Amino acid sequence: MNDSSSFEADYRKPALISFLRQRLVSVFDADRGREVFCMEVCGTHTVSIFRHGIRSMLPLGLHLISGPGCPVCVTTQRDIDAFIWLSHQDCIVTTFGDLMRVPGTESSLQEARATGARVLPVYSPMDVISVAKEHSNLLVVFLAVGFETTIPGIASMLYEAKRLNLSNLAIYSAMKLMPPVLTAIFSDPDCGIQGLICPGHVSAIIGAKAYAPFVERYGVPCVITGFEPVDIMRGLCQLSEMILNGQSGIYNAYERVVSWNGNQRALDMMHRVFMPKDAQWRGLGTIPQSGLGLRPEYVDFDVSNHIQLPETLKMGQDERLPQGFLKKNHGCKCGEIIKGKASPLSCPLFGKACTPSRPFGPCMVSTEGTCAAFFKYG
Amino acid sequence: MRYITLDHGSGGLASQELLADHLLPFLKNSMLNELEDSAVIQIGDTKIAFTTDSYVVDPIFFPGGDIAKLAVNGTLNDLAMKAANPLYLSLGLILEEGFPLNELEQVVSSLAKAAQDAGVTVVTGDTKVVPHGKGDRIFINTSGIGIIDCAPIPSYRRIQPGDCILVSGTVGDHGITILTSRKGLHLETPILSDTMPLHGLVAALLDKVGACLHCMRDPTRGGLATTLTELASRSGWSFEVDEQAIPITHAVASACEILGFDPLYLANEGKCVIFVSSECAQEALRFIRSRSEGCDAAIIGRVLSDKNGRVVLNTAIGGKRLLRPLAGEPLPRIC
Repeated sequence: MNDSSSFEADYRKPALISFLRQRLVSVFDADRGREVFCMEVCGTHTVSIFRHGIRSMLPLGLHLISGPGCPVCVTTQRDIDAFIWLSHQDCIVTTFGDLMRVPGTESSLQEARATGARVLPVYSPMDVISVAKEHSNLLVVFLAVGFETTIPGIASMLYEAKRLNLSNLAIYSAMKLMPPVLTAIFSDPDCGIQGLICPGHVSAIIGAKAYAPFVERYGVPCVITGFEPVDIMRGLCQLSEMILNGQSGIYNAYERVVSWNGNQRALDMMHRVFMPKDAQWRGLGTIPQSGLGLRPEYVDFDVSNHIQLPETLKMGQDERLPQGFLKKNHGCKCGEIIKGKASPLSCPLFGKACTPSRPFGPCMVSTEGTCAAFFKYG
Repeated sequence: MRYITLDHGSGGLASQELLADHLLPFLKNSMLNELEDSAVIQIGDTKIAFTTDSYVVDPIFFPGGDIAKLAVNGTLNDLAMKAANPLYLSLGLILEEGFPLNELEQVVSSLAKAAQDAGVTVVTGDTKVVPHGKGDRIFINTSGIGIIDCAPIPSYRRIQPGDCILVSGTVGDHGITILTSRKGLHLETPILSDTMPLHGLVAALLDKVGACLHCMRDPTRGGLATTLTELASRSGWSFEVDEQAIPITHAVASACEILGFDPLYLANEGKCVIFVSSECAQEALRFIRSRSEGCDAAIIGRVLSDKNGRVVLNTAIGGKRLLRPLAGEPLPRIC
């Protein structure tokens, strides 16, 4: 990008990056031989780190592990199968584009569409309202996947749908919350992660204070940062210094977007429509209070009140991968990769049986998925 | 059971797999196997470039062009990439029942004008009509032939270590125009498709630098990144590309930031990637920039002497990463 007048250019200035890189190198030089393991929680960070070649600029002792912050990646096989099943019913399925290629046990939404299913990618949850208005004789289902960044938008859409008395609109809730999964990861005794690069967009909603209980319990330093190279390098400098100096605490390096209290209006909208429930995560199992269901006054928008899901696809059941999937996916390490316990390169399927055009596990599907990022940017 | 999905039409990895696994095994021959923009056929002493392309763009009218301009310019550019002087086109129209005749006339008059401007003649054609719902308004196929009057002919086989890689202008304009014109995206940024014929530029450039010009490719579907990775893989040489040097307009870069697309993977319809020997590179660049088709041209990289067939991108901030071919149809992201 050779246009120096843009906002992004300010956060990609080579001179500033070079300065931060020197600072990062000197942190490690002063503590020669130390190995530091950090997790960048959010998939958008993962992609930005690869896209800008940041990995090639890091000191040898600094290891980045990609966390569970790609919403598509953590969606269970059962939910994906339910999405595909729904697409074959008498309804229109609307979805964010990233879900299109996620492989279910037998096919994907994209393949379902190829054989006639009504699947419509949307750019914003609000688009679902117009689809429902245009097709008032058909049920329009939105596949609600995402973290705190996306959830307020979905809540606003349902709030509007209720105001408009739209009776042909429903959601399938597979939404996830960030703080509970971080707790689940750090309660694993095998977890070797020493510090977190916290997700910038999610933090804009939940606020920096959301990490306080977590920091108190596990003593792990948390740095919140943005997605531009300067943000990421600054965040890594700060986090490395905190880890090497044995400091815990929350450091907000994304002050231009993230406040201590977060976005109260967005949180209010989210709580007005949804309430926490236990949720299934791919590779991580059930995590208490880590998902969202509809509040009683919004329950008419629950897809299960419009279409009877087959017993095998019922939401809320313990995740038990279908036999066929286990057989087909032998060797897939998505579960461990999400936990930060394995690298995509250690998966026997990576780049061979599993590529972005024919993905096996969901980490290869989303452009933000760990494996897709490794494959695309190497 | 596996099916054709939109990814197979994206121009990226899935399209390559469709060709390699499902088409070439039945059709392979020495000319087709080259998989270049045009086939080169020798008839007597004359070398002819021959190509075909189908146009299914939605919407059919978009800022900066329409399906007819694409159908003429796209096929001409495929001929131009093999240094051919385009002469004749065929026109195949597949029309859907219910397509308004006035829109058909609008398309055909635009096509006639594009052909006339480019100095080619439509000499044969065919029309078919399919029932309502069995097509999407209008599909166009054009084939083209042209005479090649230069030796040696530019080809990926002539790419050599040390060659400079040029691009004739800004990238991503056409792709982002189409994506933002489609229903559901209401950006008000004035971005125009870059569709234009390049054979004039190519002929003049060949006069100027002759055999120094080693290879040309138009980075259509799959964009600049996919074109470079294909050429690196086929030639066997690795390339190095400087992100900072790649021309991208501010409007395209901003739209990509907002929508989560990478401009290096978006289609171009009036640009070419040119490999020239290093001693001619500056002269070639000056010449291309002096013409209206190439005023934003730039040298974006060079061919390395290692035989890994990879493309290394030197990122604007000083890092390095590998470029990969496009995986599938660009889709909007979740967040």
